Amino acid sequence: MSEEIGKITWISGPVVRARGSRHVGMLELVEVGVDRLVGEVIGLKGDQMTIQVYEETAGMQTGAPVYGTGLPLSVELGPGLIQSIYDGVQRPLPLIEQAMGSFINRGAHFDPINREKKWKYTPKVKVGDEIQGGAIIGIAMETDTLEHRVMLNPDDSGTITWVAPAGDYTVIDPIAKLKMGKEEKTLTMLQRWPVRRARPFTNRRPANIPLITGQRILDTFFPVAKGGAAGIPGPFGSGKTVTQHSIAKWADAEIIVYIGCGERGNEMTEVLQEFPHLIDPRTGRPLMERTVLIANTSNMPVAAREASIYTGITIAEYYRDMGYHVALMADSTSRWAEALREVSGRLEEMPAEEGYPAYLAARLAEFYERAGYVNNLNGSQGSVSIVGAVSPPGGDFSEPVTQHTKRFIRCFWALDKSLASARHFPAINWLDSYSEYLEDVAGWWREKTGKDWLVMRNRAMELLSEESRLSQIVKLVGPDALPYTERMVLETTRLIREGLLQQNATESVDAYSSVEKQIRMLELVLYFHERGMSIVKRGAPINLIHDLPVVDTIIRAKSTVTNEELHKFDEIQKQIDDQMGQLDAEYRS
Amino acid sequence: MSEVTVQGGQEVVGVSRIEGPIIVVEGGANVSYDEVVEIQDSRGQLRRGRVLEVGEGYAVVQAFAGSTGLSIDGTRVRFLGTTLHIPVAEEMLGRIFDGLGNPIDGGPEPLTDHYADVNGQPINPTARIYPRDYIQTGISTIDGVNTLLRGQKLPLFSGAGLPHDQLAAQIVRQATLGKVAGAPPTEGEEFAIVFAAMGVKNDVAEYFRRSFTESGALTRVAMFLNLADDPPVERIVTPRAALTLAEYLAYQCDMHVLVVLTDMTNYGEALRQISNVRGEVPSRKGYPGYLYSDLASMYERTGRIRTSKGSITQIPILTMPNDDITHPMPDLTGYITEGQIVLGRELNFAGIYPPVAVLPSLSRLMKDGIGKNRTREDHPRWGAQLYAAYARTQDVRALASVIGEEELSDVDQKYLRFGRAFEREFVNQSFTENRTIERTLEIGWKLLSILPKKELTRVTLDEIAQYYKGDDAAN
Ligand SMILES: Nc1ncnc2c1ncn2[C@@H]1O[C@H](COP(=O)(O)OP(=O)(O)OP(=O)(O)O)[C@@H](O)[C@H]1O
Ligand SMILES: [Mg+2]
Repeated sequence: MSEEIGKITWISGPVVRARGSRHVGMLELVEVGVDRLVGEVIGLKGDQMTIQVYEETAGMQTGAPVYGTGLPLSVELGPGLIQSIYDGVQRPLPLIEQAMGSFINRGAHFDPINREKKWKYTPKVKVGDEIQGGAIIGIAMETDTLEHRVMLNPDDSGTITWVAPAGDYTVIDPIAKLKMGKEEKTLTMLQRWPVRRARPFTNRRPANIPLITGQRILDTFFPVAKGGAAGIPGPFGSGKTVTQHSIAKWADAEIIVYIGCGERGNEMTEVLQEFPHLIDPRTGRPLMERTVLIANTSNMPVAAREASIYTGITIAEYYRDMGYHVALMADSTSRWAEALREVSGRLEEMPAEEGYPAYLAARLAEFYERAGYVNNLNGSQGSVSIVGAVSPPGGDFSEPVTQHTKRFIRCFWALDKSLASARHFPAINWLDSYSEYLEDVAGWWREKTGKDWLVMRNRAMELLSEESRLSQIVKLVGPDALPYTERMVLETTRLIREGLLQQNATESVDAYSSVEKQIRMLELVLYFHERGMSIVKRGAPINLIHDLPVVDTIIRAKSTVTNEELHKFDEIQKQIDDQMGQLDAEYRS
Repeated sequence: MSEVTVQGGQEVVGVSRIEGPIIVVEGGANVSYDEVVEIQDSRGQLRRGRVLEVGEGYAVVQAFAGSTGLSIDGTRVRFLGTTLHIPVAEEMLGRIFDGLGNPIDGGPEPLTDHYADVNGQPINPTARIYPRDYIQTGISTIDGVNTLLRGQKLPLFSGAGLPHDQLAAQIVRQATLGKVAGAPPTEGEEFAIVFAAMGVKNDVAEYFRRSFTESGALTRVAMFLNLADDPPVERIVTPRAALTLAEYLAYQCDMHVLVVLTDMTNYGEALRQISNVRGEVPSRKGYPGYLYSDLASMYERTGRIRTSKGSITQIPILTMPNDDITHPMPDLTGYITEGQIVLGRELNFAGIYPPVAVLPSLSRLMKDGIGKNRTREDHPRWGAQLYAAYARTQDVRALASVIGEEELSDVDQKYLRFGRAFEREFVNQSFTENRTIERTLEIGWKLLSILPKKELTRVTLDEIAQYYKGDDAAN
């Protein structure tokens, strides 16, 4: 339902002004012009409203009407979200293609969630139950393995007066009735939630379970916790997208929300074409069956790009509320910040740094605060982890988006251009990156592997920073000037860099390393180091270590030893023992 | 100035402000955003423009040909009621147009019913086909280590005085659909070429025209020329007009289209100029905050879609001011395109052609177009190995410059030899040399064989056994 609330008086790109009613709400969803393009009220002054329009405004005229809806910009939530691909304001792209062809035209209005499809539904409440917001009222099977826990809207509560029997229902069929005070409300599987408002939960839990991504430099060296937030900044072509795709593929989350926010069309197509064919090792089902995609590519309207982040995070929170671990990828938050800047510029707001509006930091904070591992209203536990890519101009990390992001994340994966040009991937610089979750997740590693991961990890990091110090000297005088013990460090760090840190996302064995494989590799390299060190300390020349055949074997182990054949590491360790044992014997006398 | 037919539409006599190419017109009713206008000066001369902003009773118009000769009272502005459209037709191949799409070769207006909006529309990501077919350009630094695919956007980042035009011409001349190494040569389908010049000198346009003529491609080329002495504001439209034709050829006529845009840096300057005149809040170096989105609205008009057999491959050329790759134009371009080929001044001084600086160059789609059943199985790892070795060479060179070459270890000496040979034999090739993919792979292996086997950790042991030819081969 919508009525005319004003007439357009001014148009500049995605920003439109109109004059009319004084009863329009801030952030109200409106329809603009004769094509009824979707927009949102972002400013009010007297009878004048400022609107950001989520579609291309070319051809729009002054004097054209604006219609109100009385509602804030919201997303539809319910079974059918999984495997969808939406634009930034939750319009289903496949339906747009069916209706309009290969190019996105204006004025598309489609239901985000299919109204006809039937879901196998089982009620979980009975008549007379008093339930609170967030309560699980039934289960719909969203895929063969994914239980969609249908919840009462967090703002509602009351007594169940009627329940539909188990059966097949659409998202708009009544499934229960709820008495709220005097009013009786019919419940369906579908609910709406305003995107700019975080969905409520009871309280936060400590984030102490790592989000396992199968990427060694992340899990072993710079882990992010489930419910944590990580930033991945880097210049163009350094590997932000490939890393985020790898996480989306391999992370041990139950739901993935991937937001392509102002990036390339082909990258979204790649996900769409690849994910249905990749099998999730945990469920045996295609990866697409745990994925929701939001694609507002760089050439799609810029205001919808701004909204895409909120659309995505709201969907992520909704699955968290069901008790799932959700991982959200946003590529790239810089393009989202630029959308803010563009709209702000058209409003002629006072710019702060580099033309960004003064509220940039506040918006970033709001977004990252929506990550968390929480106790839900319904007593379950769930998490939203956020991985945000940052694209700093010129690769310069001192710019505002990178700097402000750093304040709100606890895990920083700094990509490095020179590593990328040497084809050292992932090009995450181990000296510039950090994780503040190390201590938090150490207990989990101990329990899971029975090994002291943190001690080993820190030992490896120590060697790497020693390497960085030594390479300064090498640059001045060459490696020969170093004592053998220091050159032994360089031998080991080469193994760490080439054997552990480098990981090829396009190679089937190497793309994903299980936790067990990661810890075995780490152990092996450190073992090599300790043994080697004791030999060179006894005077053995370093080149004897360097020339050991096992060195090559260790570097290649990442792609020769699969996650299922970890016993092969025992064999490699035996090779170390044999080859080093010989040297050891020689230099003992 | 080309002829423009006056069609219907409301007309306003007199304007209220003129500033650079920007004109403020008062009194029009129901003007639409981005609408095309026709501006008539006091002597009856016509030029075209476009609405940049509409308010109550006024419109801000950008005149493509600038405002020279316009007066406050003597100017008439007619609002044409539609956004800027150009005719599109297959017969536009072989023709030359100005920066707004009007013929300047003396031939007639293209005869067609098809008019298309120069702004285009975003391709729905669900409608795309992910590019997988590689284009053989015959150039080792591209085919070997930065492979170009059909439907990719791969810019040339260059600098003043570097041979980017030659390289682009060579790519256009030699490009054919790639084949698996060892397979017999195929008669590749020929590319249609859409060429757009923005603010380049006449010699550059002439150079390309001659090169197209010599290779017999001229009948397959449509040229859109906005030269250095043409109105700068027109440059905003030129690449869009070219891409509009390219889209028609690719998606309506099923052709494979190569689009060459040169020089995008001049485009960026025109955009900056308009933004500054309008007093917009600048982001970096005076460029407007929407530069990224603006460039994306052109670069993203590349690719393949499921409803057509054709494709658009884009090769934009940018000269980097002060050879600075972090300048907003190359920087934002790199953030949008699927890689970049960077030309280096040092290699050029050393007489290497094409002077492709391999390390900062990248093709992101390469991984999907090469390897088993596409080029050859070892290709991806071979490429990574060449990169890794050449990157190591740079470190060794730095060390050598400090401690002297003689002081280097044996292995490091070999890296130096590798680096020199890589530049002279792999990067360097003649302007007319068209290398097959086998040849490129062979040269690469020959160079890798300079290094000890143990250094080659990126390729598999089997590949070393099969292709490595060095002294070390026996161990
Ligand atoms: N882990 C990896 N394994 C193999 N190749 C990789 C890896 N990471 C990055 N690459 C290579 O680097 C290229 C660029 O990576 P990517 O597209 O992720 O960069 P980006 O940082 O997202 O750049 P932009 O900001 O321009 O989007 C990829 O196309 C791929 O060739
Ligand atoms: Mg990216």
